[in-house]
Amino acid sequence: MAVKRLMLVASGGGHWVQLSRLSPAFEGHKALYVTTMEGAEAPSGATPVAVVTDASRSHPASFAVLFAQMIWIIAKFRPDVIVTTGAAPGLVAIQVGKVLGARTVWIDSLANSERMSLSGKLARRYADLWLTQWPHLVEKYPNLSSFGAVL
Amino acid sequence: MILVSVGTQFPFDRLISTVDMWAVENGRTDVMAQTGPSGYTPRALKCFAMMSPDKFRKLQAEAELIVAHAGMGSILTALEFRKPIIIMPRDHTRGEHRNAHQSATAARFENTPGLYVVRDEAELLDRLNHLSDMVASQGVSRKAPEEFVSRLRAFIEEERPSSRVWTLPWRRNESSAAKR
Repeated sequence: MAVKRLMLVASGGGHWVQLSRLSPAFEGHKALYVTTMEGAEAPSGATPVAVVTDASRSHPASFAVLFAQMIWIIAKFRPDVIVTTGAAPGLVAIQVGKVLGARTVWIDSLANSERMSLSGKLARRYADLWLTQWPHLVEKYPNLSSFGAVL
Repeated sequence: MILVSVGTQFPFDRLISTVDMWAVENGRTDVMAQTGPSGYTPRALKCFAMMSPDKFRKLQAEAELIVAHAGMGSILTALEFRKPIIIMPRDHTRGEHRNAHQSATAARFENTPGLYVVRDEAELLDRLNHLSDMVASQGVSRKAPEEFVSRLRAFIEEERPSSRVWTLPWRRNESSAAKR
């Protein structure tokens, strides 16, 4: 099996904790983690962690910076697959990544038990695999799947 | 040590000030609080806005009790470290978050052992005044369930090119109609 280049993206806090819980799925591949907080250590061994600016609806201007950073990171790392647990930085990563030819996975946060998050809804068009952690949401959205929860 | 944490996006001074008041009344000097962008001046709490995830994880491991907003990071980490945790969801009608998802999260975890949901300041104070009858949360592994991991791994390792995303704007309706 060919070793894949995996770019794993999550904002700090709960998104990062959820991505870390999935780290066994990435073992044996060449991974680059991307998050928003300085000083995050990759969950598995000596894997590099890149830091990008955080963006949210509350600070729309920061999206421009985030887009530039993601284009740079993706053009340099050339990931085969991008996996993200959200939020805004993950959305930008799979938007840019999709255009540059990566396969993309969106995993909506466990926090969104009643509906998909806003960034999750926007991610649908750019995600090859579009996941919720709440199986009861699957029938509410076309193309949505679930592999269960990270907990 | 008791650790209070409310995430980094928004202030949650309704929680911070209640715990501070309780700490003052009970002479507790061992309460640390991660406050985010807060405007509150504490009297007894040792406050900081945020810190790096690794250092913060060490604090979470040392704490005997965690008091937090209903954020997934706080909840999952408390479960991983088998810590009792009190959670008070942010109320979006008071502008404490963008939507009501924290109330839904609190409701989903309400019956989890070691996880104590409080709805307001009065319930929070009541919980803090009965610390001795709290139990530790049942530990969970630091890893996601095997089924999730193996299905995600299978997708990653599939040899398949990325599907095309660019559709000319004026052809978008046609292609989405074709998908249906």
